[in-house]
Amino acid sequence: MSAGDSDNWAGIHRGRRTAPGEWLAEKAIFLISLSAIILVFLIFAFILRESLPIFLGTMNSSASRKVIQPSEMHTISREALRAYLEMPAGEFAEMDDETLKLMMEVKLEAAAEAPEDKDAKVNTASWSLMLKPHQWTGYDKPEYIWQPVSEIHKYNLIPLLVGTLKTTLVAMLFAVPLSLLAAIYVSQLASARHREWLKPAIEMLSGIPSVVLGFFALIVMATVLQKVFGYQSRLNAFVAGIALGLAIIPVVFSISEDALTSVPPSYPQAALALGASRWQAAWQVVLPAAMPGVFAATVLGFGRAIGETMIVLMASGNASIMGWDILDSTRTITATIAAELAEAVFGGHHYRILFALGTMLFAVSFLTNLAGDLITHRLKKQLEGKP
Amino acid sequence: MNNATRGAASGFNTGRRNWGSFFFTGLTGAATALILAILVIILGNITWMGWEALSWRFVLAGTEQDMFDVNKAGVMPMIVGTTARVILMTIFVIPVGVTTAVYLTEYAQPTSLTTRVIRGAVNNLAGVPSIVFGLFGLGFFISFVGSHMDELLHSSLEAPVWGKPALLWASMTLAVMTLPVVIVATEESLKAIAPGLREASLALGATKLQTIVKIVLPQALPGIMTGGILAVGRAAGEVAPILFTGAAYYMASLPHSLSDQFMDLGYHVFILSTQSPNIDQTRPILYATVLVLLILTFALNVVAILVRAKVRRRLRAAN
Amino acid sequence: MPSSNTKPQNSSPPVIDVRDLDLYYGLNQALKEINITLQEKQVTAFIGPSGCGKSTLLRCFNRMNDLIDGVRVSGSIRIAGHNIYDRSVDVIELRKLVGMVFQKSNPFPKSIHENIAYGLRLHGMKSRSEIDDVVESSLRSAALWDEVKDRLHASALVLSGGQQQRLCIARAIAIRPEIILMDEPASALDPIATAKIEELILELKKRFTILIVTHNMQQAARISDRTAFFYLGELIEYDTTSKIFTNPGRKQTEDYVTGRFG
Repeated sequence: MSAGDSDNWAGIHRGRRTAPGEWLAEKAIFLISLSAIILVFLIFAFILRESLPIFLGTMNSSASRKVIQPSEMHTISREALRAYLEMPAGEFAEMDDETLKLMMEVKLEAAAEAPEDKDAKVNTASWSLMLKPHQWTGYDKPEYIWQPVSEIHKYNLIPLLVGTLKTTLVAMLFAVPLSLLAAIYVSQLASARHREWLKPAIEMLSGIPSVVLGFFALIVMATVLQKVFGYQSRLNAFVAGIALGLAIIPVVFSISEDALTSVPPSYPQAALALGASRWQAAWQVVLPAAMPGVFAATVLGFGRAIGETMIVLMASGNASIMGWDILDSTRTITATIAAELAEAVFGGHHYRILFALGTMLFAVSFLTNLAGDLITHRLKKQLEGKP
Repeated sequence: MNNATRGAASGFNTGRRNWGSFFFTGLTGAATALILAILVIILGNITWMGWEALSWRFVLAGTEQDMFDVNKAGVMPMIVGTTARVILMTIFVIPVGVTTAVYLTEYAQPTSLTTRVIRGAVNNLAGVPSIVFGLFGLGFFISFVGSHMDELLHSSLEAPVWGKPALLWASMTLAVMTLPVVIVATEESLKAIAPGLREASLALGATKLQTIVKIVLPQALPGIMTGGILAVGRAAGEVAPILFTGAAYYMASLPHSLSDQFMDLGYHVFILSTQSPNIDQTRPILYATVLVLLILTFALNVVAILVRAKVRRRLRAAN
Repeated sequence: MPSSNTKPQNSSPPVIDVRDLDLYYGLNQALKEINITLQEKQVTAFIGPSGCGKSTLLRCFNRMNDLIDGVRVSGSIRIAGHNIYDRSVDVIELRKLVGMVFQKSNPFPKSIHENIAYGLRLHGMKSRSEIDDVVESSLRSAALWDEVKDRLHASALVLSGGQQQRLCIARAIAIRPEIILMDEPASALDPIATAKIEELILELKKRFTILIVTHNMQQAARISDRTAFFYLGELIEYDTTSKIFTNPGRKQTEDYVTGRFG
């Protein structure tokens, strides 16, 4: 071995150090890649933050309640005073006593002007009134009512939940069978040449913005469907549901088609070899094998339908009527948030209840995603397990 | 008669099976055709009705106070607003999305807990309803980040500068929403790169980072672009996330700062469809606005779908 | 037992010394107690049925196995007296000295010129004219210059399979390694291109130490000075190529080289 060569080889003992730039860059890449986790956490944290008083039941919306005389200002604790004035801590800290006294007087006047109604005394932002029917003055029986902009703010969530489920149900009943049949056709029965363009063509539906589908439902579909079926209210859960169905067809179709295509071709081939026809192989062999994927597609489609906003906002009619008739004008959770948040007083009970609805939507989407993920994950494992 | 008997005797139930095959193929084919027909009807209706009302004046003109007037209204401010928020969003989302995808494909151990949690978060983010992003934008960007910025920067001013809906916040909200789109598309294209290229570079004594920057990323560029286009296509038509974070019903002038609000095409479609005093008179400009929005978003989506199909074919070829 | 195979008579001084090398993929042991001494400026061929560990061993010499999750290595590989599995070793420096050519030709999707310049720039060469010089000399050494000198800035992907593989060789030798690892470099090529590569290898061994994995026994017989036969992760026999092919010491070797299994 020549001397020059030895020198070369001695150079490899430089130590397993990476350049500091490289080390920093790799750490930065790792940290940035955590942003998705951080964002999901932030979304949850900040929507929950705005709605926490609702979930904890510490918000009081009753129009008339026990007033504290301005003269008693110094006899109660600062924190109790802050809660009474319903102010954020930061803002409260900046107020001087004069202003606070003034605000207490405003409260006093408001209480004096509050309607002399027993309804004005109940806390409509409490869980029992948000979920259970209530016997309001002037009504014959206990009712579920969402009526945030009235003298007595009525915050019963049940009409919105029912409205959301109604619309979603129509969308699912319309979209799931249609997408599944189309997925079977495209993945199992269509020729390879047709499959090439059929899948992207159907997926193009997902390229239409939901506001455009909402517009189409409002301007065209509502009129046509009313003429065909002859019902009374032009905008209703049915119209909104069908339009919503259009929005989730690409989701359900795409995932089911993937699931059907990923069934190993040896399965249907075995069936064909036994003398089954192509449709029998597709229906009796491929579809059952792809069932978890189809189920995941349905779950994810459901999640998408629950969370879709613009279509239902534009096509459902937006009257919060309690009832299961799909031909009634309907108001969903998402549409309620979209329509009312801009008018709600910042930090007030209406505002916080809308955020609470958002938190629920987030939770539902989280759960449906998790379920969909777990199912597809298991499916993948299953397929990899027996290639 | 004779033939029929013979057929039934030689093959079991041939007749019934043919009927079943016919029925089943017909049913599934009809479902496929129905979906395609609906697609064609929607696009056809909008194109047909929109084309009649579309004119250069309409596209290039600003809108006067009366935005429902067929003869005066224009959509230039909305095109500018939508374009601005989408470009800003791209600037925010591409670096973060691409970096995450690089981590997931090049560094992460596929089975480690961190990787699984990141993937779970990305999937989850993709499924969060768009209105919830709007709430997040309001609750986080505007009333938390924005208010604190005002306290620090403009404490002397009465009116909030950042603690209110703004172009910046709308763009950031959309960036959060489209992050999964960019990650997934980039990851797909990174996976489609033949592993031999990475090995070749490493065997020459390149570090991992050098290999990624000089060999891997240039190869993944089409995929990254697809991700960007898909994100833009998705975000351009979204209305729910910007309802409370930046879109304005009417603005006399174009936005000239990141803290300004803006008019938006999709939001304008919503306004024209629901707030018009006389929908029959507004209909032509409504259709024309929808057509402009559709051309903007749909063209992008079609391009992205085509590029993506190509990337996927290459992915299959690489494996 | 395997240690009995490792003392071939030789004239040139040892350059690579492998001692008690074990390699595990997770729980599977892929290499079992390998002991082998390789000679400088010679071609050593690794042969054996697929899955015998020959490629795995080859990838130990530039530590490409480090990239695979769950790989564990024990024992030592000394090159010119330096243990390359020592904690103080920088793999970047190591790979500069140990080049590699892969089974499937993998030119970068860049120009022919860029393919070679890439490695040079990595190792700090900046001057344009210097880079151009090395590009030319490397291409000449790889017997590719005459075929590509008019289109250095064309994409490397337009070259034929054999030309691409020679470009990969040029790329490897441009950064002046001392050892070149070749992992079945001609297995995807037609006979004519293969012949060119073999001719090139014979030329290159004057300047480089070459370790080549091949499943083609005629090829091993034609180009290598020494041959090592592996089976199920063990080194069965290692000797001069003529001895291995004409008078193998062990039954398994004989069965394999005469085509009775594998």
